[in-house]
Amino acid sequence: MEFFERFAIPHPSPIIYASMVAIGITLLAIIAGLTFFKKWGYLWREWLTTVDHKRIGIMYLISALLMLFRGGVDALMMRAQLATPEAQLLDSQHYNEIFTTHGVVMIIFMAMAFIIALMNFVVPLQIGARDVAFPRLNALSFWLYFMGAMLFNLSFVIGGSPSSGWTSYFPLAGNEFSPSVGTNYYMIAIQIAGIGTLITGINFIVTILKMRAPGMKLMKMPMFTWSALITNLIITFAFPVLTVALAMGTMDRLFGTQFFTTGNGGMDMLWANLFWVWGHPEVYILVLPAFGIYSEIISTFAKRNLYGYKSMVASMVIISLLSFVVWVHHFFTMGQGAMVNSIFSITTMAIAVPTGIKIFNWLFTLYKGSIRFTVPMMYSLGFLPIFTIGGVTGVMLGMSAADYQYHNTMFLVAHFHLVIIPGVVFAMLAGLTYWWPKMFGFMLNERIGKWAFWFISVGTCVAFFPMFISGLDGQARRMYTYSESTGFGFWNMLSFVGAVALAIGFIIIVYNIYYSTRYASRDIGSDPWDARSLEWATHTPVPEYNFATIPEVDSSEAFWDSKYNGHKLFKGKLKEIHMPNNSGVPFIMSALFFVLGFSFIFSIWIGVIVSLLGICACLMHRSFEKDHGRHISLEEVEKTESELRGGK
Amino acid sequence: MKELFPLKQVMGFVFSLVLTAVALSVVMFDMSFAMGMTILLITAFVQAMLQLMVFMHARETEDSGLILANVYYGVFIAVVTVFGSLLALIWGYM
Ligand code: HEM
Ligand SMILES: [Cu+2]
Repeated sequence: MEFFERFAIPHPSPIIYASMVAIGITLLAIIAGLTFFKKWGYLWREWLTTVDHKRIGIMYLISALLMLFRGGVDALMMRAQLATPEAQLLDSQHYNEIFTTHGVVMIIFMAMAFIIALMNFVVPLQIGARDVAFPRLNALSFWLYFMGAMLFNLSFVIGGSPSSGWTSYFPLAGNEFSPSVGTNYYMIAIQIAGIGTLITGINFIVTILKMRAPGMKLMKMPMFTWSALITNLIITFAFPVLTVALAMGTMDRLFGTQFFTTGNGGMDMLWANLFWVWGHPEVYILVLPAFGIYSEIISTFAKRNLYGYKSMVASMVIISLLSFVVWVHHFFTMGQGAMVNSIFSITTMAIAVPTGIKIFNWLFTLYKGSIRFTVPMMYSLGFLPIFTIGGVTGVMLGMSAADYQYHNTMFLVAHFHLVIIPGVVFAMLAGLTYWWPKMFGFMLNERIGKWAFWFISVGTCVAFFPMFISGLDGQARRMYTYSESTGFGFWNMLSFVGAVALAIGFIIIVYNIYYSTRYASRDIGSDPWDARSLEWATHTPVPEYNFATIPEVDSSEAFWDSKYNGHKLFKGKLKEIHMPNNSGVPFIMSALFFVLGFSFIFSIWIGVIVSLLGICACLMHRSFEKDHGRHISLEEVEKTESELRGGK
Repeated sequence: MKELFPLKQVMGFVFSLVLTAVALSVVMFDMSFAMGMTILLITAFVQAMLQLMVFMHARETEDSGLILANVYYGVFIAVVTVFGSLLALIWGYM
């Protein structure tokens, strides 16, 4: 019995038991459904073993949306708890667990997955490639991420969730103050997902540098591809720091090392330092792809080429460097000298400059454009003002002397939500709506989409602007309740109303997906938005080889030129096509990682050893396997092409 | 015959052995900590460069520009994180 006791939730409540039942029922329903409709084979052949970047992208997308709802429910519970003074909905321990999982789920498992989803689907198409450079590694990336996410979510019902914040500062996250396994989940689930992300980073750098269509010089790449390149560069250099920090944290918790302890030569602030060495670049990892998406959307719907292409690229390169030299602004109040703080204040303000340049470039692109107010465009237009306010308050926080006042108040919370929501969530919804027809062959309903947009954008403002005021009045973040006399009640009630509006917006999006799946026209051609870059040059639905003949490019808007300026994209003749084989190894290996992670979390060493051996076996298998891919014969290519209305 | 003999690689190999020997001198001879550290840092840096250029062919392909840019980028980040952390946590901490 003792063995099983450790799996119990240390701090149970009816909500948790209810979700245990709900998870159990969902799992059973999925298994029963798959068996009943005889879909196991389909699932395995077409999805679990796929190495196709488009399918991997869609799997990332589905996972990201699931995580969005998981994180969203956390958010609603927090806002509900704070809506009135001295509310009893959650106790302090649950509140701590919920804000922790909300942060981790939203940043690591929602936002990261969402940007990687869109990068996966779009980048190879935009550069005229047949897949990414290492398709099988790509599958491994996804499955590692997926298993990490599942492992993390398991904490809710087995063993208890982490409760020391998404930043998980030591000594609070150490064994002494967080004795439950919650923080082990944090350390290990993020580690597993992080390895996946790092692999993605390398994979996409190679893809973009090596696999561009003939004629696509670096300075002729579409802006989303540029942003993806820079993002993956930052990923590749920032994530190893997280890997190391998490490994050290894991060793502190499991093996009694003293890296982040307060005694025996340990240094607790070293964790904060390493965390933010990764953490600040991470916020730019999130926001740069969004910048790329907006660039595509704004130039498409303003019917103009992007203003200041070169300065857009230059500002992203500068951001990629500066994002690594500002991290100390997250702990100005640690107690280091004024000299250190001044240095990092200056670098922090410097990073606002390239960001500002981009805002002006978008404005100039809009200027004199003939604007079509589609849903993706509305998100882009909504992004500009809200993100600017979020950015400007960031500069306020960047002044170290003033930050002593703002730090860890709701003011900070307002800042980062007002950059992340327009900067990431709006962009992802915009990108999703924009690329949806390419992914699924029909468009999302515009009218319902606009309703969702208004709920989400107004909801964002109503939910987060009041926090500036209550924050300046002294409401600290991560407080689970407050007394009536503080006067925070009104502002928090307002926030709650905004949060509900946001939730309604997301429900409308789900309804839109359902509605459009049922009723939308399937006859939309391959270029429904009259767009400008290569992903629209191939058919819808995209054949597995993307392009029957590789396009040839001589400008950053080759597809536009081919439509209106007489450029010829496809010059070659049809040939047989070489594609990579599917493989079950990435899935199996990641499942073993799941077992490994779980065993680590609960210190079940036999499980650790067995799963590690299994992982090594998978690696060996790959080394000795002779897999030269497969060829799609010319006839088959011709058949597919004519089915998709004849090759161009 | 000249094309067949990998002169550059052999010279590189000899040179890296020399560097190792120099680094070894730090423990063989009695010298101050500062002196020893200086020798180690310099030989380590030269050694790393040598490996990159001679044995990992960083400058030999047509996209060497990209490879080197990546290396410089990595070096930049390593330097700022290490010295920035030292600055924040030790030198600048009162
Ligand atoms: C215009 C440039 C920006 C500046 C000058 C800036 C500045 C700052 C500063 C100084 C802090 C720390 C405040 C404190 O702890 O007291 C902070 C926190 C934060 N910022 Fe920004 N920021 C900027 C843009 C962004 C962007 C684009 C994102 C994300 C997409 C972002 C996400 C965050 C997050 C997540 C935190 C808080 C993390 C936490 O403590 O939990 N920021 N920002
Ligand atoms: Cu930051």
